[in-house]
Amino acid sequence: MLSRIAESLFWIGRYLERADDTARILDVQMQVLIEDPGMDEHTSCEQLLSVMGVENYTGHPNRWMMLDLLAHNPESPTSIAAAIGAARESARRARETLSTDIWAAINTTWRGLGTARAMRAPDMFNWVRNRTAMISGIADSTMSRDDGWHFYMLGRSIERVDMTARLLSTAALASGPQVAWPTTLRACGAYESFIRAYRGIEADRQAAEFLLLDRWFPRSIVSSLAEAERALGKLGSAGQRSGFSDEAQRLLGRARTELEYRPLTDIVYDLPVEMERLQRSCAAASDAVSARYFAESEMHTWRGGVVL
Amino acid sequence: MFEGSEVRPSYGQVHASFEKMGADEVRLRADSLASSYLEQGVTFGVEGEERPFPLDIVPRLIEAEDWDHVERGVRQRVLALEKFLADAYGPGELFADGVVPRETVVTSPHYHRVVAGLEPANGVRVHVAGVDLIRDGNGDFRVLEDNVRVPSGVSYVMTNRRALSAALPEVFADHRIRPVSQYSQRLLAALRKAAPAGVSDPTVVVLTPGVYNSAYFEHTLLARTMGVELVEGRDLVCRSGRVMMRTTQGLEPVHVIYRRIDDEFLDPVQFRPDSALGVPGIINAARAGHVTIANAVGNGVADDKLLYTYVPDLIRYYLSEEPILRNVDTWRMGEADQREEVLDRLDELVLKPVDGSGGKGIVIGPAASKEELEELRTKILLDPRAWIAQPVISLSTVPTLVEHGIRPRHVDLRPFAVHDGDDVFVLPGGLTRVALPEGELIVNSSRGGGSKDTWVLARPTDPDDEGDAPPTATPVTGISQSAGPALDGDVPELQVHEQEQQQQQGDAQAGDRTC
Repeated sequence: MLSRIAESLFWIGRYLERADDTARILDVQMQVLIEDPGMDEHTSCEQLLSVMGVENYTGHPNRWMMLDLLAHNPESPTSIAAAIGAARESARRARETLSTDIWAAINTTWRGLGTARAMRAPDMFNWVRNRTAMISGIADSTMSRDDGWHFYMLGRSIERVDMTARLLSTAALASGPQVAWPTTLRACGAYESFIRAYRGIEADRQAAEFLLLDRWFPRSIVSSLAEAERALGKLGSAGQRSGFSDEAQRLLGRARTELEYRPLTDIVYDLPVEMERLQRSCAAASDAVSARYFAESEMHTWRGGVVL
Repeated sequence: MFEGSEVRPSYGQVHASFEKMGADEVRLRADSLASSYLEQGVTFGVEGEERPFPLDIVPRLIEAEDWDHVERGVRQRVLALEKFLADAYGPGELFADGVVPRETVVTSPHYHRVVAGLEPANGVRVHVAGVDLIRDGNGDFRVLEDNVRVPSGVSYVMTNRRALSAALPEVFADHRIRPVSQYSQRLLAALRKAAPAGVSDPTVVVLTPGVYNSAYFEHTLLARTMGVELVEGRDLVCRSGRVMMRTTQGLEPVHVIYRRIDDEFLDPVQFRPDSALGVPGIINAARAGHVTIANAVGNGVADDKLLYTYVPDLIRYYLSEEPILRNVDTWRMGEADQREEVLDRLDELVLKPVDGSGGKGIVIGPAASKEELEELRTKILLDPRAWIAQPVISLSTVPTLVEHGIRPRHVDLRPFAVHDGDDVFVLPGGLTRVALPEGELIVNSSRGGGSKDTWVLARPTDPDDEGDAPPTATPVTGISQSAGPALDGDVPELQVHEQEQQQQQGDAQAGDRTC
């Protein structure tokens, strides 16, 4: 398929997942702020902004500022509004390859943003989760399992690893972990699965383990990494006898095995640092995918008979 | 719908259905029509902004006999223009025979010497044509202009039909309407037949200027419904006289390019060196016969409004037939006696630049101020070749839903034709554009125009024309649906009671451990 279209599909996957996960992360944060009166609003908002990679802001972070930068403000590149806008723009550029259903779902979501931004925060987060779930549901049932699909899934999975890593950092940084972990699990829709898997025993360590390593739970980091590797495997043509020639596959595979084969204690000992490493692997893998498949079309400008 | 105060017979059923629905219901459906277009992103761009394309809820009806006439006329015109283009870029017999002065053709800004002598693969240059028609005071269709470069609007014909059939299912059921859904398949077949010699399974692409183009929606729709790639210039590259596209698997060859970019932007090597929309070397690839560009480069000479005045002669010359569709009477400003007559009557006539499209630069005499007319006179005297004059025609009107109810509004019609080398297919209907402001004579979408679904009625005797009515499928019977485990309704009452008790016990035990 066309490199440009593949790139659009990859980014539709990423942006929609980003909108979804940002809504989940903010939901946790708002809940924690409400439920834990001992918490320092300023520090925790500052920490969240830093975890989300927002550095350019002026003033004292508080919840309203956080909501503006991460949810409402379409000018802020880290916001849900910006992610949905970017997903819609990518979809517009890949319009002819998307099913009408997916396009209409994405377009309607984008058009509904104005209304959503006027909602109460929890309602807006709920709306974002519902809309993105609906779009992935439509994608799942209407897209052929061709390269386009694999690029979409690849984008979605890489973003999910990255965002779940940020979510875990947020939970680890929160001063009141008694509140943070169950809320984090809830934000991932993992609470019930977790309770079932661990027979009702709640502990921070287990919660972290579940979100990091559970192979059966689709939002866990390990299963998202495996999903991304699967998509790359389908895209790469010939099976290799040894090693990996694909840089992205190598990076993601290494990240996954490092999580799977190291003692859990090592990983949770300094979770935020580990998660940052994971995010760097995601960024490097994403770059590798771009370099191999999207290869920014050699910019051609034509000046007086010479291709520059 | 009305003739005087009488309901036109063909609109009888539509009128009755609207009466039955009542004004409020009609308005409600019109609103939902508009919002469905917004959701689907059926838009066109005006100055970089996406706007929904207004679709009026009242359809336009065309009777079978009227359509038959239009169809034959459009086909005739397309065939004559094909022969003209082949001749003008080839042997030039028409110049030798004095049908059209050579001057008229080679001075057109759309004449491109670079494609002279280029033989298209299956001889077709006009793969797609859009012929603009109006109905005059007598109800006769007249040709207003030909579009054989990159005529746009066919996507709205297809989306309008789908949207309107959803909005007015009962009105559809009352009529037998000829379908429009086959357009993309016809186009794809024609493009495949135009592939360079020796290519048995050609790769066809649609080339778009990009998302900011006003017709981007149409480009995506055509690519999607034909199942081909929609490419931008930067997706293509020329390598040793061949055109390739960049894919995730590397470069892949392209054989037929349905381009929606104007000639001047297509190839910086040949045309504007500053344009980044096109593909350097694409014209050479076409000359080498490795790729087909559809529509052909240089077709613009046939769209020139001065050439338009010669089309009836061309039909007689090439086809030895009388024109089926008449032109609108036209004065050529390049000819002294005609020019003088027009300059005397500037305030009564419509003056059009010969290479303008979309209503650009048109001056309507009766509506123009003294200063505007003076300015116009200077312009004509400076460059007479650049202008034609036509009488003000009372465009026919069709009932249209506006703010104050259903009122007559001016319309035109653009039927679309696809030429595959053997046959010219004319899509039944075409795009009806409607001027929404009262009295407005220019129906262009950039001037607040809307559109209508255009229904060509099938003859009661047409056996193989089922119309666009939804097909009725025979329901399959005999296999019952599988069901899940028995639900409570099927459980004996005693067991329900037991479950209720157990439930309560379970609750008591769980006690403090509720989450």
